[in-house]
Order: sequence, then C-alpha cells, then structure tokens
Amino acid sequence: MTDPLLSVENLQTYFFTEDGVVQAVDGISFDVMPGELVGLVGESGAGKSVASTSILRLVEDPGRIVGGRVEFKGETLFEIETDDEGTPVENEDATPVETDESLSQQEMRRRIRGREIAIIFQDPMESLNPVYTVGGQLREFIEINRDLGKSAAKTAAIDMLREVGIPEAPARYSDYPHQFSGGMRQRVLIAMALACEPSLIIADEPTTALDVTVEGQILDLVADLQEKYGTAFVWVTHDMGVVAEICDRVNVMYLGEMVEQADVDDLFYDTKHPYTEALLESIPRPDRTVEELNPIAGVMPEAIDPPRGCRFHTRCPDAREACTRIDPDCRVVEDGYSPHRAACIKYDAFGNVGYDASPPLDNETRSGVDVTLTGDGGHQGGDDDE
Amino acid sequence: MSDAKQSVTGDTTDRTGEQPLLEVDGLTKHFPNDEGFLSWLQFRPDDSDGPVEIGREWVRAVEDVSFKIYEGETLGLVGESGCGKSTLARTILRLVEPTDGSVYFKGNDLAAMDSGTLRQQRRDVQMIFQDPQSSLDPRMKVGKIVEEPMQAHGMYDEEGRAARTHELLEKVGLDPQHYNRYPHAFSGGQRQRINLARALSVNPDFIVCDEPVSALDVSIQAQVLNTMNELQDEFNLTYLFIAHDLSVIRHISDRVAVMYLGQLVELAEKAELFENPQHPYTRALLESIPVPDPRVEGTRGVLEGDVPSPIQPPSGCRFRTRCPELIAPEKYDLTDEEWANIRQFTRSVKRHRFEATGANVIRAEFFGSTLPGGDAGRTVSRAIDLLVEDEWDEATELLNESFTEPSICAREEPSYEVPTEHGGGRHFAACHLHREEEQTH
Repeated sequence: MTDPLLSVENLQTYFFTEDGVVQAVDGISFDVMPGELVGLVGESGAGKSVASTSILRLVEDPGRIVGGRVEFKGETLFEIETDDEGTPVENEDATPVETDESLSQQEMRRRIRGREIAIIFQDPMESLNPVYTVGGQLREFIEINRDLGKSAAKTAAIDMLREVGIPEAPARYSDYPHQFSGGMRQRVLIAMALACEPSLIIADEPTTALDVTVEGQILDLVADLQEKYGTAFVWVTHDMGVVAEICDRVNVMYLGEMVEQADVDDLFYDTKHPYTEALLESIPRPDRTVEELNPIAGVMPEAIDPPRGCRFHTRCPDAREACTRIDPDCRVVEDGYSPHRAACIKYDAFGNVGYDASPPLDNETRSGVDVTLTGDGGHQGGDDDE
Repeated sequence: MSDAKQSVTGDTTDRTGEQPLLEVDGLTKHFPNDEGFLSWLQFRPDDSDGPVEIGREWVRAVEDVSFKIYEGETLGLVGESGCGKSTLARTILRLVEPTDGSVYFKGNDLAAMDSGTLRQQRRDVQMIFQDPQSSLDPRMKVGKIVEEPMQAHGMYDEEGRAARTHELLEKVGLDPQHYNRYPHAFSGGQRQRINLARALSVNPDFIVCDEPVSALDVSIQAQVLNTMNELQDEFNLTYLFIAHDLSVIRHISDRVAVMYLGQLVELAEKAELFENPQHPYTRALLESIPVPDPRVEGTRGVLEGDVPSPIQPPSGCRFRTRCPELIAPEKYDLTDEEWANIRQFTRSVKRHRFEATGANVIRAEFFGSTLPGGDAGRTVSRAIDLLVEDEWDEATELLNESFTEPSICAREEPSYEVPTEHGGGRHFAACHLHREEEQTH
C-alpha cells in the first residue's frame, strides 16, 4: 500500500458569525492517493467548498480551522494541538493552537500553493484579473513559481495554452479575459493550475457554470491531462453524472459531515448511506425516462443549529429513535477491494447501539412545514421504486 | 428550393384538426447591438465597399421559429446558453416586441394586439423565472406577492383574494400560515413555490417556465418538478418549459424542441427525440451529458469550438461550422474517410491548431500515406504548400472556398420531416442529411 498523497484527518472549520457558530465542516477525514481522482460530493451547504479551501488554508474570516490535521506528502501542512483526550487546545483568546510542525502562511504560499497543490474555482471570470492579458497572467505565474526568465516563461505559457486546447495560442496570448468564452477561460485556469506540474489539483465545481457540450470538452481534457501528468485531483461537485464519469473514489458530504466513502462503482451500485441513496433516486436521468422522481423529504437544516444525533435523521427514510441520540462516525461497513465507509448506525459495524430495537421515526408527519412541503410533493417509498 | 427555406414547423403530435393552444409562426427577434458610443458607425478597414459603414449591427437572437403547443401538454425547449431560448419566451409573451412573426394564443395574435387587449390576455398566460431570489420583491409579504396579479386583473374582493392565496399556498406545498412572512425567510425551493402560486393566482391556461429549477439543488429540484406535474394535472395547465438540462427536460416534457443559435433544429415527441435523435447537434448534446452511472461507457462526439456570434450567423445551417457531419460538396468524389480527413484539416487550419513544420509532416498527420485524388487532392496540396510558407490566412481562405462554401450545408437552410420510430407524432430535423428521405416523403 502506498502512502496517501494527501491525508485529511478530523478537519473542523467553523464560521463565527453574529448569529452563532456555523459548523460548516465538522470533523471530516479523507485520503487522496497519488494520481487519483477523488470526488467530494454534496448539495449546497454541505461544506464541500469550505473543506477544499481549508486544505490550502484559504478560509476567510469569520471562518477558522478549529480542529484536525492535514498532511501532504508526509509533511504536516497544519495541525491543531489536542490534549490527551483529543480535544483541541485553545489559548487565552479561545483560539485553537497550531502545533509547531504546521507550516506558516508564508511557507504555504512559497512552497505549497500553486507549486504542489493548485486550485481551480467555479467562476473563471473571478479568478482572472480583467485588466491584465490572459497570457501575461499565466506568464507571471510561471515566472514566479518556476523561476524562469521572462521570455522562457512566455514560451512556456504559450505551450500551456496550446496544451489545454486554446486555438491560435500565440495570438490569444495577448487577449484579455473578457475576450474568452466561459469554456476557454476555464481552460486558461486549468493551464495555470498545471503550469507548475503540481501533484494535486483541487477543482471546486469547475464545470458547473459551463454548458453541457463545453463541460464535456473540459472533462475530456482533464482525463487526457491526468493521464499525461499523473496529477491527482480532488473534484468538488454536486453533479452525480460528473462523479460517475470521472471519479475513482467518492466522498459524500452532508451538512458538514462525511456520510459515505467508496469506490465510484460501489457508491452507485452498492449504496450504503440512506442520504446517498436518496440523492441518487431524486435525480432525473438523461439516458432513460423516469416517470416519478423520489425527492428527499424536506430541506437541508442550517449548519448553525444542526440536528442532534445523526444530522440526516430529520429527512432520512430509515431513521429510528436511536438516530436522534447517536452521531455516527464514517467507518468501514464493508471490506471489499477497497474499504467502503458509511456513517449510519443501521450497520453491524457500529455494534448494538439500539437501532434495531428503537421505534422508527415518522418523518412525514413530524417537524412542520418542511416536511408537509414534500409530503405533498413527494411520494416516499410507495409503489414506485424504479 | 422553397421547401428548404421553411423553418422547422412544429406540428409533431397527431393532434391535427385540434386547434393548438399556442401557435408560434415565423417568430423573429433582432436586437440592435447598441453597446457603446457611435455604435451605429461600423468601421471595416478591409471592406471593399469602403472602410466606414453607417447602420446598426443586429443581434439575430431568434430567427424564424415556428411551433405549436396543444392544451395540457408540456413542450420542453432545450438549448445552451445564448441560443435564444429565453428571448424566445419573452418574445412569445411580448415582454420584448417581436421583429417579425405571429404568436396565436387561442387563435388571437398576441403580436398584433394593442396593449389593452394584451393586458387582458396576460391573465391567461403567466411566466416563472429562473432566479427565485430576484423575482420576488423582498419588501412584500408572501401573501401580497401572490395577491398582486389578482388585484391587477380586478379579480375577487380583498377577502376573496386572501382566501384564494391561502388555498394556493397550500396547493403548491407551502404552509398557508406563512402568508405574512417575507421572501427572505424561505429557501430557494420554497421561493420557487411562491412564484408558482403567484403564476397560478389568476387561473392561467398557459405558463412559460424559464429554467425554473436550474438554481435549485437536485433533491429540491425533484420536489418542485413533482409539484409542477401535479398542478398541471389538477388545473389542466399547458407548459412551455425552458431548460438547459436534458435530464430535467426528459423528465417533464411531452414533446421536445432543441434550439441552436436562434433557430429550432429538431422537434419531436420526447421518446422519439431521446431514442432516435436525427440532428447532429441534438446527438452531440445527448452524448455530452455525464450519465449518473459509472458503468455507462460514454462515447462522446467531440463538438469543436464555440457557438458563433448571432450577429453574423453562418449561412445555410447555422450549426455547420461545428458539425461533425458537414456534407461534402457534390462536385468532389470522395470516400467518407477522405472527406472526414479534409474536414478535420480544414478546421484545424482555421483554428491554427498546429505548427506548420513541414509539408510531409502535415500530410502524414491529417491524411496518412495518401492524399485524396482529383481536384480535392490538388487543393489540399496547395493549402499545405501555403502553410509551409506560413500563409495561414490564404490557406484558410482556399480551403473555405473549396470545401466549406460549396457544401449544401452552407448554401441552404435545412428543414425536413423525418420518419418517426417511437410513438405516433411527427418528427422534424433541420439537417440536410435528411434531404433524400424528405424527397420520398
């Protein structure tokens, strides 16, 4: 077994707002192997973007990483100090303390960001400076990070643009971002991400804003480049179609927590967590006609006041009374070719915690408007289990 | 050749004899390209008619679109961003004035109505927008939002309106008790339900839904789609449902129209369109969607390049500049493989996609060992010589006038009816590949 390229352990990122503490990411763990394409999936508010920016320590105020550890190539990027019981240690300002091994922001900037781990954001227009030429921005980035001279960096930049499929690369080099289409801008960002040949690229919904034919082009491009450079990817998305197409392994998040981790085939064909299952059943399919959709009951609760116990229990078709008490970790529930993890106490891996004995929760009649809303629109279970 | 000039007409279901609820006929919308000072002054230094031209540029957003929608059905309209689908919707409702064409609603032409009559008609025709955030006034309570259209049309008295609003809120799956809340207190999916209630308040027959679920998370999207289906059954509503997501279109539609660069390219019943697509653009769209199933091995037809500008759309078939099945000009006698190579070569030269290192290298890269014979081969050979001399523009021009312009795809606008394989409806595809089937039709 090779060592993971990136290892995230028990990461916690909270936002300290006037209304209270938003537990955007609350104790997630996952690994990325070298050259692997790992999906980070969830609906809006699941915490997937916050998780991915936390890895590079790019969380903005009022957000703060309050716990956990991120290791990259065996080096600790950061770690929050814990006492003997595993509780984060806080200083007198109630701020969590980083261990001495953690890299400083300066080291992160100099050695890690861009060179070792690059990030691609959803909106390519916001990631490019509108008043500088596309080529100039790419050249500057290469110049700084690869210690090349100006003209060598320019040649490298043009090569990179051609590599990601920009037509007439030498001429487009001096165009401004607004002269590029959305798909072309995203290609430029991919070029920029690849420019230093990093070992890991974090892609935060990079194709969500694109049209489907352009998205297809970009997915093909990423597959080609990944093969050529052997770059590992963390691909953040809400689109199960994209996940099925490009990911090797998948991490599913719900309301700041990890609910399921599996190989892509197992995730779709041997789904373990009720949330993943509900998510897969609620999507209309492009390849066949689904007469009746099975929506997930209700809406995702606020991360400022998440439900006690399992956070999905308010919407879960399998929820029982025990689920309101026990907050399950994401542990191995089936040991196949690669371990399949799920955070649901209905599995034996959690021991006898009283799931079988406790009464089912009736999610359709409980908890007000959110559920009436789907009790009306949705058809839970019933006879349409296609 | 007048047949080929006709645009795709939309009578695909076998409901002939029945009057359509809505009939769109030759609808066209051109916008002036008015960005900037002196925009009416065109400066073209290379133009043979003189460098300066006075007159506006026009964005041809919707061009000669015709279709029919029958009572109680859902027509899905799908296309990529910028294809003109939202403009089409707004033009149908006359939220923007059409440049040309007619929109018959229950037999009356909305496009020719005076504003008073139009206002009356709007009671029967409602619209739901994509963004549930910006389409609700943040300072109005939900109850008032839903009541406003009824008030505008002088329906019921105050009590009657309030009673109906409570009823409608319940119908769309909201709690009637939330009558006095403000929009910000609702989630995206719930706001879209408020929009539904507002549209339904005046008891319309027809609702234009412009990307109503694309801003919503998938699980919420399913809830709203189900509600829309139920409301359609209950109130016998007719929908024009616009979306870019083919999965959603497949779920909700009875018939589907595909739009590209301002024109309809294909129109058929849902099963027919998805199982037996006949336009290369529709096929490319369908192949592009990532299927949520890791065991489906996608074979994606690569659709090259970007959508051309609607200011100067390509002649003939507007899709031809990207079409993987561009038809060879009749004057050449080429095998399919030879033509595919030439097509690929022509586009690569146009996009300057490779470096001209040497004639042999280029020949080997695009044509393998042998060039096509005859005139075609001689032209290719000359183009390669030009490339070696670094005369890219000349080479592009030569290839363009030899291979692209003489193609039927560049000379005539296509419009054909093709045989149907699924269901009883009619199937239209605007692609010259079907010109022979049409003749025998």
